Amino acid sequence: MSIVTTSRTATRLDELADAGRGALVGYLPVGFPDVARSVEAVTTMVDAGVDVVEIGVPYTDPVMDGPVIQRAAEAALAGGARLRDVLTVVEAVAEHSGGSVPTLVMSYYNPVLRYGVEAFARDLAAAGGAGMITPDLIPDEAAEWVEAADAHELDKVYLVAPSSTPERLRLTAGASRGFVYAASTMGVTGTRESVGQRAEELVAATRAAGARHVCVGLGVSTGDQSAEVGRYADGVIVGSALVRTLLTDEPWADRLDALGKVTGELAAGVARARTTEGAS
Amino acid sequence: MPEQPEQPVRDALTETLAHQVTEKLADVQGPYFGQFGGRYVPEALIAALDELETEFRKAQGDPGFAAELSQLHRDYTGRPSPLTEVPRFAAHVAGPDADGEAPVRVFLKREDLNHTGSHKINNVLGQALLVKRMGKSRVIAETGAGQHGVATATAAALLGLECVVYMGEEDTRRQALNVARMELLGATVVPVTIGTRTLKDAINEALRDWVTNVDHTHYLLGTVTGPHPFPEMVREFHRIIGEEAREQVLERVGRLPDVVAACVGGGSNALGLFNAFLDDDGVALYGFEAGGEGIESGRHAARFSGGAPGVLHGARSYLLQDDDGQTRPSHSISAGLDYPSVGPAHSWLHDIGRATYEPVTDAEAMEAFQLLCRTEGIIPAIESAHALAGALRVGRRLAEAGRSDQVLLVNLSGRGDKDVATAARWFGLLEDDAAEGDQ
Repeated sequence: MSIVTTSRTATRLDELADAGRGALVGYLPVGFPDVARSVEAVTTMVDAGVDVVEIGVPYTDPVMDGPVIQRAAEAALAGGARLRDVLTVVEAVAEHSGGSVPTLVMSYYNPVLRYGVEAFARDLAAAGGAGMITPDLIPDEAAEWVEAADAHELDKVYLVAPSSTPERLRLTAGASRGFVYAASTMGVTGTRESVGQRAEELVAATRAAGARHVCVGLGVSTGDQSAEVGRYADGVIVGSALVRTLLTDEPWADRLDALGKVTGELAAGVARARTTEGAS
Repeated sequence: MPEQPEQPVRDALTETLAHQVTEKLADVQGPYFGQFGGRYVPEALIAALDELETEFRKAQGDPGFAAELSQLHRDYTGRPSPLTEVPRFAAHVAGPDADGEAPVRVFLKREDLNHTGSHKINNVLGQALLVKRMGKSRVIAETGAGQHGVATATAAALLGLECVVYMGEEDTRRQALNVARMELLGATVVPVTIGTRTLKDAINEALRDWVTNVDHTHYLLGTVTGPHPFPEMVREFHRIIGEEAREQVLERVGRLPDVVAACVGGGSNALGLFNAFLDDDGVALYGFEAGGEGIESGRHAARFSGGAPGVLHGARSYLLQDDDGQTRPSHSISAGLDYPSVGPAHSWLHDIGRATYEPVTDAEAMEAFQLLCRTEGIIPAIESAHALAGALRVGRRLAEAGRSDQVLLVNLSGRGDKDVATAARWFGLLEDDAAEGDQ
């Protein structure tokens, strides 16, 4: 097994921490409404202040996703989106940002398994991707992915949840590279009124279990929420609130404007989180 | 979406050959059955799965649990279920117009006579007792045709648990009577309106509910699929089918059957029956999958003939999928077999060559359905009719090979009351208007 000492995502999180702030991690699915426009949407999100990009792979059975992301994934699949299209978006982000924005793929396991785990890791690394977030793959089942990710120096981002025991937190923290994805609440993706105290407790427990970087996802949709979470987490992960801006009948240019505006508000929230005005 | 015919991948065959397995096949424990099974689920569910496994292992070692369950089997379900020999049906092995001595003997294990009308109650009662022990107050379940939903609603009523059943919107329309039955029993039925709106999507929605409410909710999964410990635990709650049948055949015939057959959707009735014979080398095991409109049509649920290993709903197993790893929709006239994956233990038994899996088309199943009705006065579930059609096929092969005195044991996993409208439409027994009204 090769030893990987650096993670591009972790390096970026450290740089941002040195600058006194956490990261905004933005999620969009590939192929919604089509591959070309999903590239436009992701670059719009980058220009509006996202620090780390998460590209979702549409899947027929997304058990961790709520209605917003389900609808976008369903439309992307109906439009013929393929796993290999994610590589197109990863390349586009790398080119657009000059390599400064780490890009992670978020995929349920079966599309990757079918593509070939080693082949996918190889192609993702070649496209300039930083790693993969695996919502239905726990470290216990990940031997094949671990081998491929290590060989190609990719980040392995696993999830932890408020239900995770200290033992599971240690296992997951030890197996992760890049960061640990802390689910703020028990549930699926989607916007929520408040993020809740359990998220902060989970971040602290995950750090205590050995994680160097912990980002929080599920439920964040406003600048105030990103300011609240950005105070204690290394990164704030936002998905549904961004996807929602694209799920309207407005002209495409207006949807991109809406996406940029929401991204900007979330980025501003993260930027002010650790300053004196802080979170409201 | 490109839909290319898939060939089963058999590259792990050599690693899992039966002779390398040291323990008895019947007692293999999860999480893995050969290369299949596991826990491909969000981390949020791991604590609940661990708790469930711990409670299940505790119950396995507790005579009090066994006594409570066996009392329910006897006084509530009506076990042991009978074994019925069906000579007039068996005569048709010799051909459609056969008249005279049957070349084989066919025995049916009558799970259709259980309370709620199918084998499903065995598993539901076992899990519901575990729910009480875990101190949880709410159960959720998925259902396709409604059999598992009805069984779950029944156990929830019996034990005073809140019950929510997820059912594809398409299925709630096709099985409106079963929706009413669940509601009569006090359950809430939630129609699922995303994806293909069938069983697969009902499972997705149940998993989302479970992730959200896991602290007080148990997911009462209805078959031998899903993440560990479900495949092993559900097999254990159904192993009584095979244990009873084995004794009954020995008593009746004086020896073990030559062939044991069952239909395979998720595969719980089949595994429950097979399990008692897994370590009897002389007993051939046959699982019959839904061949739908034929493998070449692409409209089927034959995972072994038309699928490949993959991961769905928490387990690695054979799976209908396209070449991008997306789940392909399944099709069967029988809602209970209409599922794109199969229990991991079946994938293992397939790969080690211990059981043989063959598709049976809608048309073959319906022919056997009618045959059993008319020769024996038993209306089978259309699911079980697949096993009957498969048994006729195997019986013919044996007769052609000149094997006499063969004994076939078939699991009649459920009764056909729920399927009367479907069958009436199939055989043109209803006026069009009346048939429409049943949809």
